[in-house]
Amino acid sequence: MSRKMLYRHAIREALDEELARDENVVVMGEEVAQYNGAYKVTEGLWEKWGDKRIVDTPISEAGFIGMGIGASMLGVRPVMELMFWSFHSVAFDQLVNNAACVRYMSGGLINVPIVVRGPANGGTNVGATHSHIPEGLFAAFPGLKVCAPATPADAKGLMKAAIRDNDPVYVMENTKLYGIEGEVPDPEDGDHVVPLGKADIKREGSDLSIIAHGRSVLHALEAAQTLQEKHGIDVEVLDLRSIRPLDVEAIIATVHKTNRVMLVDESKPFGGVSAMVSTIIHEEAFDYLDAPVARVCSIDAPAIYSPHIEDEQLPNPRRIVEKALMMG
Amino acid sequence: MSDEPQEFSQFPVNQELSSDQKIELLTQMMRIRRFEQVSLKHYQGGKIGGFLHLYIGQEAVAVGTISLKGDNDHFITAYRDHGHALAVGMGMNECMAEMFGKQSGCSKGKGGSMHFFAPDKNFWGGHGIVAGQTPLGLGLGYGLKYQNKRGCCLCYLGDGAVNQGAFHESLNLAKLFEIPVVYVIENNGYSMGTSQVRSSAQPEFLAQRAEAYDMDWDIVDGSNLYEVRAKTHVAMERARNEFQPTILEINTYRYYGHSIADANHKKYRTPEEIEDYKQNHDPINVFQRKLIDEGVITDEQVAEITKAATQEANDAVKFADDAPSPTIKDITKDVYWETDNETEASTIGRHFFGD
Repeated sequence: MSRKMLYRHAIREALDEELARDENVVVMGEEVAQYNGAYKVTEGLWEKWGDKRIVDTPISEAGFIGMGIGASMLGVRPVMELMFWSFHSVAFDQLVNNAACVRYMSGGLINVPIVVRGPANGGTNVGATHSHIPEGLFAAFPGLKVCAPATPADAKGLMKAAIRDNDPVYVMENTKLYGIEGEVPDPEDGDHVVPLGKADIKREGSDLSIIAHGRSVLHALEAAQTLQEKHGIDVEVLDLRSIRPLDVEAIIATVHKTNRVMLVDESKPFGGVSAMVSTIIHEEAFDYLDAPVARVCSIDAPAIYSPHIEDEQLPNPRRIVEKALMMG
Repeated sequence: MSDEPQEFSQFPVNQELSSDQKIELLTQMMRIRRFEQVSLKHYQGGKIGGFLHLYIGQEAVAVGTISLKGDNDHFITAYRDHGHALAVGMGMNECMAEMFGKQSGCSKGKGGSMHFFAPDKNFWGGHGIVAGQTPLGLGLGYGLKYQNKRGCCLCYLGDGAVNQGAFHESLNLAKLFEIPVVYVIENNGYSMGTSQVRSSAQPEFLAQRAEAYDMDWDIVDGSNLYEVRAKTHVAMERARNEFQPTILEINTYRYYGHSIADANHKKYRTPEEIEDYKQNHDPINVFQRKLIDEGVITDEQVAEITKAATQEANDAVKFADDAPSPTIKDITKDVYWETDNETEASTIGRHFFGD
């Protein structure tokens, strides 16, 4: 059995279950406790679990994320919320030097079982500094793991996998998805864990593969519907779910199947996830391509504020359909 | 600060030291010095890569503070980490081999001089970014408290680190969350080539910044091992018993440059200044004289300790020379816990890219 559940509530359920499973799990961040979460992801958890397990921090991202990393070296398992992933920049040293490198520089003597989570998306008219989409950026650091769930079920399952993983995992959520409803398996039917590194075919098709992650998956599904109905193009949609580790097998398999690929990626085109996936396809499946790999990314400028135009800077169903038709 | 040095030897934490323990403290300082002198020789000989930040002149800080270690006390420092590493009990062999870039090094040749670690001895590095370790030290204290262990974390930093934002965020959190952490500023007077008056708006006492966070602080003479122990003990007990953080500013001096690559270190300070410290404030000489005065040790014994430490350091060089280098295959080990341990999770998806 499964239930309909909002994306934010699916994440909360994952946190709640992991708090119950492991007494070392502690949720910390700005406004996560008494305020119930800036985006209400952690609503009710403080009331249930109390001060020790659900910790409000001051606005000190470098301080509290570094603190969580230090505590994790002793076996605590902090799940730290960045109110926006955009705020990574003020904690960058902790996120990429300490979390990603301390295992390596200690010759494997230390591990850092932390989760850093929060929304990483554009589309909310909050301007460039609050609209960074850094999954490609952090996936570029060996030592880190990154995932970006598109659905409530994946959000819950990946969060649980992230918390149980013994390496640092950065979970990129999306404020535009928090209010989206979807089917989530019932806890009574067993532990719902989605492993990192496993992509998911969200729609089967034979003419064109669209590979996406996060909210772009929903855009791809909508575009696929249009392409089917209006243009007779049968689109397969592969949701990466996890950026690092990356399900290269699934990427190659869908290329073999359709021989045409479009990558949809909310981050910028230069060095983003789509750039990496494109490279892998060229390295490992070039002979199976009937057309150059196409990409739909955010238009290459800092995120524009204007509510009249921001959606056009981001990938959207219309841009995906147009790009698909241009592929011939 | 105005206390006569002699007085600190009468503090209970020092009075309870046996003669053997006092000799051991002197021995530790001498081992660190010999280890580093030998390191310097081989750095100049091209066997050690990167930077070499020597601790020579500061030995009483690491040895004095770490000698107070209880089972649940933890230590973390910056890149000038050789002294702390040896003081917690790491061997010269593994440390020398690390600097020589060998597989038998404490970090398998993946960290180098700035990145020594020994979690089994409660030593968490060895960190290269100035003040980057200060939130980690806070986290070690947080972890102890979270796990209901009575202990504290000593987090060392240089005088140059006090102007970094991460340090101030850590101080605020330490007091706000009542974390058992002691921040030890090892003030050697120079943040690389910039003196304290040229880098700090309020240069008299760096530790006084604690007042902004309603935190206790103290100034310590780092050339006097008894004083280091006496004052650090107070701060550690405050952390362990009251969950209250402290900043200690331990005044010390480094004989060499910021690193051996610091070619200007004789320009930003005078030869007289360096000579004065060597003659009158050298922590090893000061403590050695005290122990001779106390009748704890003889000149002959000192000579024996020196000889043994030199031999140990030279043996470490031999060990490091003979140790195997890491292989290309080793480059992608120790990146992820899950892949190193070949867990089920590590079999799902690709973790490493490129050739």
